[in-house]
Amino acid sequence: MTDKKQRIDIHAYLAEMEDIPGTRVFTAQRARKGYWLNQFAMSLMKEENRNRFLADEKAYLDEWDLTDAAKKAVLARDYNAMIDEGGNIYFLSKLFSTDKKSFQFAAGSMTGMTQEEYAEMMLKGGRSPEGQRSIKEGR
Amino acid sequence: MARITAGITSSHIPALGAAIQTGTSNNDYWGPVFKGYEPIREWVKEPGNTPDVVILVYNDHASAFDMNIIPTFAIGCAEVFKPADEGWGPRPVPDVIGHPDLAWHIAQSLILDEFDMTIMNQMDVDHGCTVPLSMIFGEPEVWPCKVIPLPVNVVTYPPPSGNRCFRLGESIRAAVESFPEDLDVQVWGTGGMSHQLQGPRAGLINKDFDLNFIEQLIKDPETLSKMPHIEYLREAGSEGIELVMWLIMRGALGDKVEELYRFYHIPASNTALGALILQPEGIGAKPPKVREQVNA
Ligand SMILES: [Fe+2]
Repeated sequence: MTDKKQRIDIHAYLAEMEDIPGTRVFTAQRARKGYWLNQFAMSLMKEENRNRFLADEKAYLDEWDLTDAAKKAVLARDYNAMIDEGGNIYFLSKLFSTDKKSFQFAAGSMTGMTQEEYAEMMLKGGRSPEGQRSIKEGR
Repeated sequence: MARITAGITSSHIPALGAAIQTGTSNNDYWGPVFKGYEPIREWVKEPGNTPDVVILVYNDHASAFDMNIIPTFAIGCAEVFKPADEGWGPRPVPDVIGHPDLAWHIAQSLILDEFDMTIMNQMDVDHGCTVPLSMIFGEPEVWPCKVIPLPVNVVTYPPPSGNRCFRLGESIRAAVESFPEDLDVQVWGTGGMSHQLQGPRAGLINKDFDLNFIEQLIKDPETLSKMPHIEYLREAGSEGIELVMWLIMRGALGDKVEELYRFYHIPASNTALGALILQPEGIGAKPPKVREQVNA
């Protein structure tokens, strides 16, 4: 064996994931924390579940092993808070689709901008990566 | 023998499907996007350019796979795949018809080539798979070719490395070329380009990164395949990581490719959109009349 396999240092890899401003990468840690929140969201792929959820959101949420913070975040449709609870945007898309909202609506709602401001920013070419690349390096 | 005749890249965002469904694909916002796809739609209809089979590389967006099963690379070997209900009812598009003989052949070949594929005999396909079909084939009663869905995990970290994706593409090429039936096979790489759908940084777009990515994908994919995940995340947004899937398509085309068409557009909803037709050396299909549309 001449070519020694180059291995990635998992600790350095995971640490870098936390170094991006305004971003929560869906690592194993978050995936574990958000397991039931994400599974709840998946359940909304069935129409009968969507109907039951919309008829009584609190009762439906109580059927799931969710933290109070996760339940509160869902009821408030606070997507940043849901992601803090381990939610992933593709899972949570079942929730905003149930609300008949788009990815643009959900993404915009997490930026602190109004929907109009967010749409305008996208029309102008989107958010620049300048200063958004690394917390540590401030670039 | 079967052969790979072209590689196509495409966006797969659900908003494109919604634009078709709501009849808004001609409006000021979506019009330029659909115009950018027109040369691809025309080209793929030309005799000789319509594939017998598309190997469609995409990521499942928490539709077929929930938190319980997370395959890094899967391959659809079923006869038929139904459009998934992602919360707004299934997309009203034809069922996706598979090619189990070729799919199983590829699955076996890849496993022998040390890619441990997950074999799917039952799977619903979400917007990642059906939106590119709509964008490129329009709204037919049945899709004009068979499709082998190849979902890649880019949702739960870590996704496969760019290098792993590129090598998988090379092995797909070898697998296709050892299939005894005469078939024209295209490989589509979908998703991207730069975008971020979450958090205060949502809306990130990086045109320079995207256009460089396209150049390097065409001319020097070997170097591009070495780019670590963190670069995608920093430069192209958290969901820009989908671009690793384009390297699977590129790996399947061989060393040299000819660029037949390039479309790049900002914005399509939250994303920068890139759509390409690439052709492996020696195929010799004519390019579309319009060769490039870059609106950004
Ligand atoms: Fe996607």
